[in-house]
Amino acid sequence: MSLLTLDHAGLTIDDHRILDGVSLSVAQGEVLGLVGESGSGKSLTALSILNLLPRGARLSGRIDFDGTALSALSEREMTRRRGAEIGMIFQEPMTALNPLMTIGDQVAETIRIHKGWGRGRALRSAGDILAQVGLPSEKVSPSRYPHELSGGQRQRVGIAMAVALGPKLLIADEPTTALDVTTQAQILALLAELTKTLDMALLLITHDLGIVSSMADRVAVLHAGRVVETGPTGAVLAAPRQAYTRQLLAATLHRPQRIARAGSDVLLSVEHVVRDYALPRRGLFAPPQSVRAVDDVSFVIRRGESVGLVGESGSGKSSLARAIVGLDRPQAGRVRMGAVEIGPAGGGTTAILRDMQMVFQDPYGSFNPRHRVDRLVAEPLHLLGRDRPGADERSRRVAAALEAVGISPRMADRYIHEFSGGQRQRIALARALIVEPELIVLDEAVSALDVSIRAQILDLLADISNTRGVALLFIAHDLHVVRAITDRVLVMKDGRIVEEGETGDVLSRPRHPYTQALVAATPTLARAAGGEAG
Amino acid sequence: MTRFVLGRVTMMLASLLVASIVIFLVLEVLPGDPAAFMLGLNSSAEALQALREQLGLNQPVLARYGAWLSGMVRGDFGISYTYRVPVAGLIADRLWVSLPLAIYALTLSTLIAIPVGLLAAANRNGAVDLGAMGLAQIGIALPNFWFAMLLVLVFSVGLRWFSSGGFPGWEDPGAAMAALTLPAIALALPQASILARIMRSSLIDALEEDYVRTARAKGLTRTQALIRHALRNALIPVITIMGLQFSFLLAGAIIIENVFYLPGLGRLAFQAISARDLIVVRSVVMILVFAVIVVTFLVDIAYALVDPRLRQGRP
Repeated sequence: MSLLTLDHAGLTIDDHRILDGVSLSVAQGEVLGLVGESGSGKSLTALSILNLLPRGARLSGRIDFDGTALSALSEREMTRRRGAEIGMIFQEPMTALNPLMTIGDQVAETIRIHKGWGRGRALRSAGDILAQVGLPSEKVSPSRYPHELSGGQRQRVGIAMAVALGPKLLIADEPTTALDVTTQAQILALLAELTKTLDMALLLITHDLGIVSSMADRVAVLHAGRVVETGPTGAVLAAPRQAYTRQLLAATLHRPQRIARAGSDVLLSVEHVVRDYALPRRGLFAPPQSVRAVDDVSFVIRRGESVGLVGESGSGKSSLARAIVGLDRPQAGRVRMGAVEIGPAGGGTTAILRDMQMVFQDPYGSFNPRHRVDRLVAEPLHLLGRDRPGADERSRRVAAALEAVGISPRMADRYIHEFSGGQRQRIALARALIVEPELIVLDEAVSALDVSIRAQILDLLADISNTRGVALLFIAHDLHVVRAITDRVLVMKDGRIVEEGETGDVLSRPRHPYTQALVAATPTLARAAGGEAG
Repeated sequence: MTRFVLGRVTMMLASLLVASIVIFLVLEVLPGDPAAFMLGLNSSAEALQALREQLGLNQPVLARYGAWLSGMVRGDFGISYTYRVPVAGLIADRLWVSLPLAIYALTLSTLIAIPVGLLAAANRNGAVDLGAMGLAQIGIALPNFWFAMLLVLVFSVGLRWFSSGGFPGWEDPGAAMAALTLPAIALALPQASILARIMRSSLIDALEEDYVRTARAKGLTRTQALIRHALRNALIPVITIMGLQFSFLLAGAIIIENVFYLPGLGRLAFQAISARDLIVVRSVVMILVFAVIVVTFLVDIAYALVDPRLRQGRP
């Protein structure tokens, strides 16, 4: 008998249809992977089960849990089940914990609310649970506050709060999306272990088919508020029956057609670059302190080459990128573009910046929302200085750049909020291309995109690199993406480059222990899909 | 935490020193001769000379500053030129009215604003919220002297519950508190209205935070999540505004002091400026600066008590 059943669950928010008859079931002790792209209704499915919906939400259909119809329960009866019988973990460990409460108190609160225990007794119990999720008090004291913990540790606290009372069902909404791959692997292992020891069912919501293939017994694919396909994970991933599932799988495994065309002459050379950041002084008269983000890094990029830079958050990837494009000055070492130096002595001159453009992770945040697209795309043209084109030439180049990234030039008079995430990243690429640079630095440029959009952007990048011979420095934490688009890869850890080589070689035969850990931690579709991992 | 407090105390002392230098320079050194300014245009040469002697103006600047500073540290603020009494006593008398009045008004305003803001946020866009915020709008818009006169008409002239003005002194604390009640209410109304609005909007922001959703998923009711998680997080902006309001109440109550014939600091400053009594002006300004700096210090300590993230890091 199944523990949780959704029978044609529908949801409207302010008369917008979000869920359109979702039917799925989770058996006792089972792991169900719920996959879908953003906007498919994954998170709202979870919140519907707990009835924690935003204002203006209306639920229809039936949701049965452990023999009771949840939809018929009063709010009072529902609060008794939340946290006690159904636990939930959220995506953002940085904001999901109350910053003003110790982690021990936050875990103890679940117990106190439901069992009515005193603070001391609940805290002792919370200490045991924190130890169970890998935060023993001798390592991480329960009297610490969330800001003193790393992202992975915070997510462990979130898990401890959710499993404190041994719920029958745990709902995890993208629990590892905000975490590094090695941390992700640890958290997923913890979840797998807890479902076994506590005999919990797990509803695992994710966009990552790799995670589903390694974690879930069964999978349900959600698309536009409907479950389009459901079945045992192996069977669905090996032989998907529905077109949408096939499309999702293809996008995940997608590798764009790229002709490696690295020339022999060096375009960018980075020599012994050091980048320190100042820390706040510890006292009024204490000596200044700093942290070394980039530590003696050297490498070259040849004309037309695509180079990947991988590493976890805090490894110094972005600091290095900022030093390369001249946004920050390195404390030592030098960066040369062709024959011109950008290092501490040279300073970024406009001529160099014209040859080098950058695309950021957040396509929305990197645009001024009050400018129209033609102005946004034309912005780098001022780098041309005296060669700056006139009005006609300018709009011709904007149109050409937009066309090159697959955006109709007729849309040039719109504002950025009128575009989707994928379109915005295309416009960011158009802005980089308009000055015909020789190198584009992409800092996590596809990380925030859904798999199908990501596949399109990767195709576009491959096309740009093929036809224009632009070199790419591709910064990412996702090894699939790096494998798909780069010729050579640099692995960065604690500000240093620990391994470097042909992408294929490095990722299939990593030599440095850190690279090995990184590769091992990356969830792959290989086993389930039976093909080569993307 | 000790480190944090020590750091803040150092900062506070440094600010006081800088403030004293600025006040000294502005009032004594920069524009001409203070003695001539105090005596006016038609003063005799002998009178000017005598006043210069009395003010110590014939000594070097540094010595005068040192004397002023060391005097203040010992509680000697000099002799008022117009009142012919020690300024320290003059200010102390007024402070015994203004300080309790400011604390009284701030306490009233906080006691009103926090529950009102909480209720409004809990019933967002409901009848309670609309009603409370409508009243708050009126509270901000009403001129406080008009409201003060209304209070006098109703509670002094009509009901005869309170006297309409004056201050009996602290020999009878009950009577003193009674005399301060109407002025405190008049001062508290606009402050409470502002504070309630800040409380409401800050709570509404906090309620949208992820940790409130987490708390609800743990099984807390809406009200429990509001009180246990949102409230403390919403207090930071409220504390900031309270600090600003206290400084304002201490010095800015002059209109209300006039309506109720209260011998407060505001009136003293006003009279001293009219009489060109620079010695009193200088001392009152210094006392007010001192009060503002101390309140800022207390606000910083309150932040750190509320928010553990502020306890470490910057001094």
